[in-house]
Amino acid sequence: MIAEESVCVEENLVYDRPKTLIDTTMHYCPGCGHGVAHRLIAEVIDELGIQDKTIGVAPVGCSVFAYNYLDIDMSEAAHGRATAVATGIKRMLPDKYVFSYQGDGDLAAIGTGETIHTCNRGENILIIFINNGIYGMTGGQMAPTTLVGMKSTTSPEGRIPELMGNPLKITELIAQLPGVYYCTRVAVNTPNNVRKAKKAILKGFQYQDHKKGLCFVEIVSNCPSNWKMTPVEANKWLEENMLPFYPLGDLKVPEIEGGK
Amino acid sequence: MKKELRLMKGNEALAEAAIRAGCDGYFGYPITPQSEVLEYLSKEAYKRTGMIVLQAESEVASINMVYGAAGTGKKVMTSSSSPGISLMQEGISYIACAELPCLIVNVMRGGPGLGTIQPSQGDYFQAVKGGGHGDYKLIVLAPSTVQEMVDFVPLSFDLAFKYKNPVMILADGALGQMMEKVELFDPIPRKNNTEEWATVGKPKNRERNIITSLHIEPDKMEEINHKLQKKYKEIEENEVRYEMINCDDADIIIVAFGLVARISSKAAELAREKGLKVGVFRPISLYPFPYEKLNRLAENVKGMLVTEMNAGQMVEDVKLAVNGKTDVHFYGRMGGIVPSPEEILAQLEEKFSGELV
Repeated sequence: MIAEESVCVEENLVYDRPKTLIDTTMHYCPGCGHGVAHRLIAEVIDELGIQDKTIGVAPVGCSVFAYNYLDIDMSEAAHGRATAVATGIKRMLPDKYVFSYQGDGDLAAIGTGETIHTCNRGENILIIFINNGIYGMTGGQMAPTTLVGMKSTTSPEGRIPELMGNPLKITELIAQLPGVYYCTRVAVNTPNNVRKAKKAILKGFQYQDHKKGLCFVEIVSNCPSNWKMTPVEANKWLEENMLPFYPLGDLKVPEIEGGK
Repeated sequence: MKKELRLMKGNEALAEAAIRAGCDGYFGYPITPQSEVLEYLSKEAYKRTGMIVLQAESEVASINMVYGAAGTGKKVMTSSSSPGISLMQEGISYIACAELPCLIVNVMRGGPGLGTIQPSQGDYFQAVKGGGHGDYKLIVLAPSTVQEMVDFVPLSFDLAFKYKNPVMILADGALGQMMEKVELFDPIPRKNNTEEWATVGKPKNRERNIITSLHIEPDKMEEINHKLQKKYKEIEENEVRYEMINCDDADIIIVAFGLVARISSKAAELAREKGLKVGVFRPISLYPFPYEKLNRLAENVKGMLVTEMNAGQMVEDVKLAVNGKTDVHFYGRMGGIVPSPEEILAQLEEKFSGELV
């Protein structure tokens, strides 16, 4: 029998709390993808050693309290305006790493204009876009990204395109803008997808050094509470319903990766 | 020391002053009658000082860029005109609550709605009573000459940083468009210090800096409000600015701000030629408003005439200041019409016919 003290030593650690992730209880619902996404950001910041050079912009919506969990300088932004705020920060501090963290309501509804123009200007920032297809914080209303037939409190019989319009693939839309340098879609529903998501976020930060344009990482995520599912059911539902409509993979990669 | 003299348009003079004041960033959107600010800066600023000038996609985006940029502790500004300023109000409320310094220039045009592109003072209430949601105040300065369009820029930045509060220069379209001789101050280098509260990246030796206006617990939100109100009280005690022209022996005082104050001084001159002792009181800071000074003045006069290019907005503050001590009359033009000195003189004669005999 090996004594516990001899196993739990630093050199044996394979998994630990990133130092950029503050040790506190999160307000997110059990099973929500935000916690995973936050952790990935913290891990990347740690690994790149850029905690003192990173400024985040938190949105309105569930992740409005992102600054409670990330040990970096952060600015809150009005609903939809995160990329304008990030633009202001980055223009003043071009050598710092600036990212916005936004949900589908923030980025693809009220902030569509700011999103498109920030991407089109090619601001050297990273946009992290959490797409769970629903408004979480306000209690499960329809989002621009809500799937056809998907139920929400404002589409109780399911989204009917004739009445409510179609789901918006904002990532496909911005991928064609010349200011966008790197654009990808990942998910956080399985360990394998989480690893890919981390890689995408890592690139999103690293590419800011190139000063060649905007990086956009869509993270398809879940909302067990408002989807009215258990976390396990939610991740399964995501796989079966969200991913066919929002397929994972790179939409645009820089030339150094073989892109055009 | 001999300063540089130039003949300049109000908007361009203000833009030149911004460059010379060491402004780090301008974020704006074209709208008549202030587009020359963005145009002048686009031509001149970056190559001279490295100042960032960015034309945003809307006024909404530009004020939020200002919010982000101001959060880095730099000297930043925007400018717009009435309908554009309305679009910025949400962002201004956030900036006020987050206590960030910045300069907002409103070169007013006639309204409401899309209105006209001619000069107006119709945004007085919006500027001094809030404009956006919640309890907050801007420091509001009203220039009446192109020279003041220049002088108020560095003053605004100083006040903005002193109180960590947005400052508004509230001019009208005529001041933006007219040309006058101005004396330009020597350039001030851009800031190279870092404000301790700014979001510039968290060094190891301090806690993270968070810029936010979200305080979801009511106790905390009220505490923030008390803190803001305490600051506004300090501003009210220290930053009242006004100008008095021939008020010492005056029987009647015209109270007016901005361009209308100059027109009113001409009207007062014409009145004095007729033997009527008329003076002009010009509030320079519209917030904080010179309530006390006006209250004291009210003791020695027969009445006051408030002239404005609106339906009667500042007149409410004058009445509050005077508090019934003397009669307060109002004369206003709207829709972009600028009153003439003769028109104001006629109002004096009509409204004070009894007192002036």
